[in-house]
Amino acid sequence: MQRVDVFPTHEHQEYKLRPGKPFPFGATLAPGGVNFSVYSSHATSCSLVLFEKGAPEPKAEIPFPDEFRIGNVYSMIVFDLDIEAIEYGFRLDGPWDPQEGHRFDKSKILMDPYAKAIGGRDVWGQPPDWDNVYQHRARLVYDDFDWDDDRPLEIPLEDLVIYEMHVRSFTKHESSGVRFPGVFAGIREKIPYLKELGVNCIELLPIYEFDEFEHSREDPKTGRQLVGNYWGYSTLGFFAPKAGYAATGKLGMQVDEFKALVKELHRNGIEVFLDVVFNHTAEGNEHGPYISLKGIDNKTYYMLTPEGYYFNFSGTGNTLNCNNPVVRNMVLDCLRYWASEYHIDGFRFDLASILGRDPWGAPLSNPPLLESLAFDPVLAKCKLIAEAWDAGGLYQVGSFPAYGRWAEWNGKYRDSIRKFLKGDIGMVGEMAQRLQASPDLYATRGATASINFITAHDGFTLNDLVSYNEKHNEANGEDNRDGTNDNDSWNCGWEGPTDDPGINALRMRQMKNAMTMLLISQGVPMILMGDEMGRTQFGNNNTYCHDNELNWQDWALLEQNAELFRYVKTMLAFRHAHHALRNRWHLTGTDTVGSGYADITWHGTQAWNADWSGTSRILAFMLCGKHAHGGQREDNYIYVAMNMHWDSHWFELPGLSEGMQWHAAANTGAPPPEDIWQPGEEPLLENQAGILVGDRSVVVLVGK
Amino acid sequence: MAFDVSTEQAGDIAVITLSGELDANAAGSFRSAVEEAAAAGPKRVVLVMDKLQFMASAGLRVLVFAKQKMGTSVDLFVVGARDAVLETIEMTGFHHSVIMMDEYDASEIENY
Repeated sequence: MQRVDVFPTHEHQEYKLRPGKPFPFGATLAPGGVNFSVYSSHATSCSLVLFEKGAPEPKAEIPFPDEFRIGNVYSMIVFDLDIEAIEYGFRLDGPWDPQEGHRFDKSKILMDPYAKAIGGRDVWGQPPDWDNVYQHRARLVYDDFDWDDDRPLEIPLEDLVIYEMHVRSFTKHESSGVRFPGVFAGIREKIPYLKELGVNCIELLPIYEFDEFEHSREDPKTGRQLVGNYWGYSTLGFFAPKAGYAATGKLGMQVDEFKALVKELHRNGIEVFLDVVFNHTAEGNEHGPYISLKGIDNKTYYMLTPEGYYFNFSGTGNTLNCNNPVVRNMVLDCLRYWASEYHIDGFRFDLASILGRDPWGAPLSNPPLLESLAFDPVLAKCKLIAEAWDAGGLYQVGSFPAYGRWAEWNGKYRDSIRKFLKGDIGMVGEMAQRLQASPDLYATRGATASINFITAHDGFTLNDLVSYNEKHNEANGEDNRDGTNDNDSWNCGWEGPTDDPGINALRMRQMKNAMTMLLISQGVPMILMGDEMGRTQFGNNNTYCHDNELNWQDWALLEQNAELFRYVKTMLAFRHAHHALRNRWHLTGTDTVGSGYADITWHGTQAWNADWSGTSRILAFMLCGKHAHGGQREDNYIYVAMNMHWDSHWFELPGLSEGMQWHAAANTGAPPPEDIWQPGEEPLLENQAGILVGDRSVVVLVGK
Repeated sequence: MAFDVSTEQAGDIAVITLSGELDANAAGSFRSAVEEAAAAGPKRVVLVMDKLQFMASAGLRVLVFAKQKMGTSVDLFVVGARDAVLETIEMTGFHHSVIMMDEYDASEIENY
């Protein structure tokens, strides 16, 4: 017998209708039709606008009958739609009263905020028809992907090594050698590479649908076209993967292609994190375009000044009103959707401090959105990572409301390591904190609160950090004014590329030093795409606007810098081999297992006697293997000596228990192949009493 | 070229041969063929695609449907997919879910 609830009750022209379900919002496939549901607190009427895919004009407009509105939600089932062939939008009428926060304009066709696929920018860089009345078009998707037995991997956070990457940049360069460059399928082809490197998590710069043409402009000096939104930190729709990031975007199969990537990464033991941008949208301020939220319910979705202008805590024109309950629910719905429908393992929240502001911009002590995310049942096993600051001056590294769940990008880790690396004095005390996952910042939150990074998409690459003293952002067309001046970088004696073998050798050593410090630190390391092979942005520390070799990974570097790549992947293997480096909780500096050694002890050129003075550039520490994971796991002892002074120094070694001896795991001062050894193949140290650590070098030993 | 689909049952093997352009309009008849084949309870299903010129999203949907409709105990073979069709299958990763063959090889299918 046919279900009664699939009978149409209303008609509009040739369309058969029935009152819809208010939840879930958005377009949902229902028996025989599609359920459309949209919320607006101040609209006076709403219509569903239907297009044939790609057609310039709508083929139908179906007003929601009055009786189809429950509360502030318009919902309607439309029967017999061809799911594959249509695009839809909404047209809302309501007051035009900017001072009151209302900007309704019934001449606009608006995208569903819950659109699960969006047409209009199907192929990256293909110029759109700017006269199109509906630029970004909501489409319908099936949730029929065959996941087999896949689900999020749930790798313990302390065991992750995160690789931050941009979908297009990773394989767009012709040297990538992939069949499908610059897209999800291209990343899938590079999975063997990621496994060889040894990362077990990729964090993708935003993949929610965005418009690469937003803010496009010409460089006034060179005439070169600049892509305003190359990185993608300006969202059109929170539920849709970017079509232009799929080789199949032109066929409307981006959902399948991205899911296939996630599934394949999972099969290879690699988690997928998304960099998500909930602090603002692509609609800009009062001069920006109508795309969706602005015309649907401006006052609900955006933080507005008392005069009705847009607060700008994001630095990009508007601020999403995240602690309005309706917006909060949208964010929750969105993340649940990605976790359940796409099997995403974790999220990194761009400018997350904004999510802790109230609708008038004031920081909340107990922000409901952050709390809801932390306690959400669907997101319960997802990793949540905050960029714990915003463009409005809120800086919460160490104080971000964490609810026992949130980890943070540790900006202080980056700054301390960079300064110590280049030989600044007065850093050893801070270094001791950073190497231990910053207990000064995260005392009660454990080691995994600290996402350690030295470089990220925003700023210098590692190669540039050791090759440039100053930013070189002229190519951005703003006379080098954009981008931070606080780089804490050192060019090793010459600004930019050089043939000087001494300088190049020092740069190589400094990159190895940095990678070593990153990978022997407690906490969760994050590597920037390409740093393992010396990727350069030619001194540009703000490449948000370049769709070219400034961003694209040049895979020829893999051969040119084979020495660096070998070092980094072996150091990654070293990290994965040693539980002592990957503690869940902070070390205590005491012996809690009766091994005769504290879990961590500090040393210098003299064993047991670190030089904490203000002029020191030297620090060494030892991890007691019997304390690994609070004593639950047995590991080797690990000793790390860091000499950031320009002279070599003799380091006296702490003695090991009877029967154990020191072996050399890595020495950045030694020429390859003796700079690093495969775990398990470390040669015995001839002199067990001490070791010479070269100038600006790091030595890692294992005691076994 | 118009889409055409035909089905042959040979023992516990169902062979579905596709030709022409598998777009949104054609997907329905492909789906019917899959349902019909599934009803006979085959052990193996072979999709012969060497005369298929194009596959739209709606066509991929039916492939996904076929895989899930048949269940994990039935092997699904995709035979002879060419050029654009093969590329679409590979870009979306569907080739990981099925057994891809260049040419129809009865003994290999039988003994898989």
